[in-house]
Amino acid sequence: MSTTAGVRDGVRVRKSRGAAARPPRRGARAPRRGGGWTPWLYLAPALVVLAALLAYPIYQLGLISVLEYTQAQVSGGEAATFQGLANYTELFGDRKFWDVLLATVVFAAACVAGTMAVGCSLAVLLTRIRLVPRLTLMLAALGAWATPAITGSTVWVFLFDPDFGPVNKLLGLGDFSWTYGRYSAFALVFFEVVWCSFPFVMVTMYAGIRAIPGEVLEAAALDGASALRIWRSVMAPMLRPILVVVTIQSIIWDFKVFTQIYVMTDGGGIAGQNLVLNVYAYQEAFASSQYSLGSAIGVVMLLILLGVTLVYLRLLRRRGEEL
Amino acid sequence: MSEAVRAPRRWRIRRPWRLAAESAAVLIAVVVAFPLYWMVLSAFKPAGEVQSDEPRPWTLEPSLDSFRRVFEQQDFGRYFLNSLLVASAVVVASALIAFLAATAVTRFRFKFRTTLLIMFLAAQMVPIEALTIPMFFLMRDFNALNTLYSLILPHIAFSLPFAIWMLRGFVKAVPEALEEQAFIDGASRTRFLWQILFPLVFPGLVATSVFSFISTWNDFLFAKSFIISATENSTLPMALLVFFDTETPDWGGVMAASTVMTIPVLIFFVAVQRHLVSGIGGAMKD
Repeated sequence: MSTTAGVRDGVRVRKSRGAAARPPRRGARAPRRGGGWTPWLYLAPALVVLAALLAYPIYQLGLISVLEYTQAQVSGGEAATFQGLANYTELFGDRKFWDVLLATVVFAAACVAGTMAVGCSLAVLLTRIRLVPRLTLMLAALGAWATPAITGSTVWVFLFDPDFGPVNKLLGLGDFSWTYGRYSAFALVFFEVVWCSFPFVMVTMYAGIRAIPGEVLEAAALDGASALRIWRSVMAPMLRPILVVVTIQSIIWDFKVFTQIYVMTDGGGIAGQNLVLNVYAYQEAFASSQYSLGSAIGVVMLLILLGVTLVYLRLLRRRGEEL
Repeated sequence: MSEAVRAPRRWRIRRPWRLAAESAAVLIAVVVAFPLYWMVLSAFKPAGEVQSDEPRPWTLEPSLDSFRRVFEQQDFGRYFLNSLLVASAVVVASALIAFLAATAVTRFRFKFRTTLLIMFLAAQMVPIEALTIPMFFLMRDFNALNTLYSLILPHIAFSLPFAIWMLRGFVKAVPEALEEQAFIDGASRTRFLWQILFPLVFPGLVATSVFSFISTWNDFLFAKSFIISATENSTLPMALLVFFDTETPDWGGVMAASTVMTIPVLIFFVAVQRHLVSGIGGAMKD
């Protein structure tokens, strides 16, 4: 969701860098009025909503993770008792948790790599072709982009269905069941995830490439630079900010994939072989009534994504981004 | 742009390559569009053809049977309306709240402004799935479980940080001089906000709304977790899973329900596409 905002920032960074000769933006664009209480008045509804429905739940998540909180406490039969870090000790002592964590990281990394590779190469392809094929590809990508995660998941499961799916027929796989084996099930989800997330990368990178002034490329070509050299020395540095932003957004997005795994592998696969952290937390809480353990997993996820966010903020800051 | 400059010179050399590239692009487009094509096709296939060992990429006897089964399912229309209602409520509420907040952080300079912006950015990264557990208890304490509020409220909160962040660029793009001019002409701050700034930022609001609409419309986790017993308050994903969640799925029904659920989003995407592109473009020029 946060994708486009990030893109804008990436592009803007590049532009403001190029315009270093101009007077500093702060003086030119920054709002001058203090406005007294007015800004806070405008901010009030947003802050109230975010405090009540975002900050407070985060606090509660942390709280539940250090309490004994199971069905008995939920129904009010027993008082919730403070457990300290016992839930975390239990979690970290469980092999399954490390398995799931590893699976989450590897799966997310694969999805990010796949999405970026497909998105970027198609973006380059788009710049090399004429209007009609370009629009065709754009339109197809727009359709994949717009498809809800849940319907995308059902459709892909159907495509790869061992009995009635066209893919197995086409590949001559007979009645090979994709969801039975661990890796093939992950592969199936991987295809769906790449399918629905590459369009964003493609469209953004395409816009980024198109924003490079033609004169710059022309000048480089006149100076005798090869296509490879132009890419390495001119385009890549100019595209790097967008690339960084898109990658980070993909990491964040792919790390918290839920619907696809849940729907396509029927809640985490046979014996939980396809669990990722998100689904694991959900199952612990709502299927096993282990709300504390589920919350502890949630806290771990939150901390990991916070780490990614901090990296992102540092990258923005280093470029002298003005917020 | 670059093509316009370079094309004439390299026209002849690049032509076969470009043809190859164009064929590849069309081929890829076909592959990318295929799942959607298959979804719609299967929705229109008669039952015998959907569950057939010889899947064919066409049908000679299109039928509405699968759609009939979907719509005859108890309360399907109601689920659809619920989904629509929840998404619209979220879009309107988050757009208004985000507009005010974006105005505050772009057109005023005050203490903690940067801190707030960083917090809005960080808030976008919060995995909402991880918050399902506390959110569940929060909704229970509000007595909101099983009502549509339990879907609307969390989604407003989750759409806001991104909406504010995105609208910021649009509000910033409105020249400062316009505001000064309005004040000189005697317009009050409120009047400027709603009668001048709001219409100017409207395309941005539309672009932002697309994202809140889609994330809410697509929501599956909260619908599953918060609407437990009051099935009359369920939303579309639940209706879809009725056909899917069995040992032997009714694929025709699943595909028809999927089509019904996907089409509003596609229409929305296409309808606002111009705004979407100019929206993102506008934000980029910022």
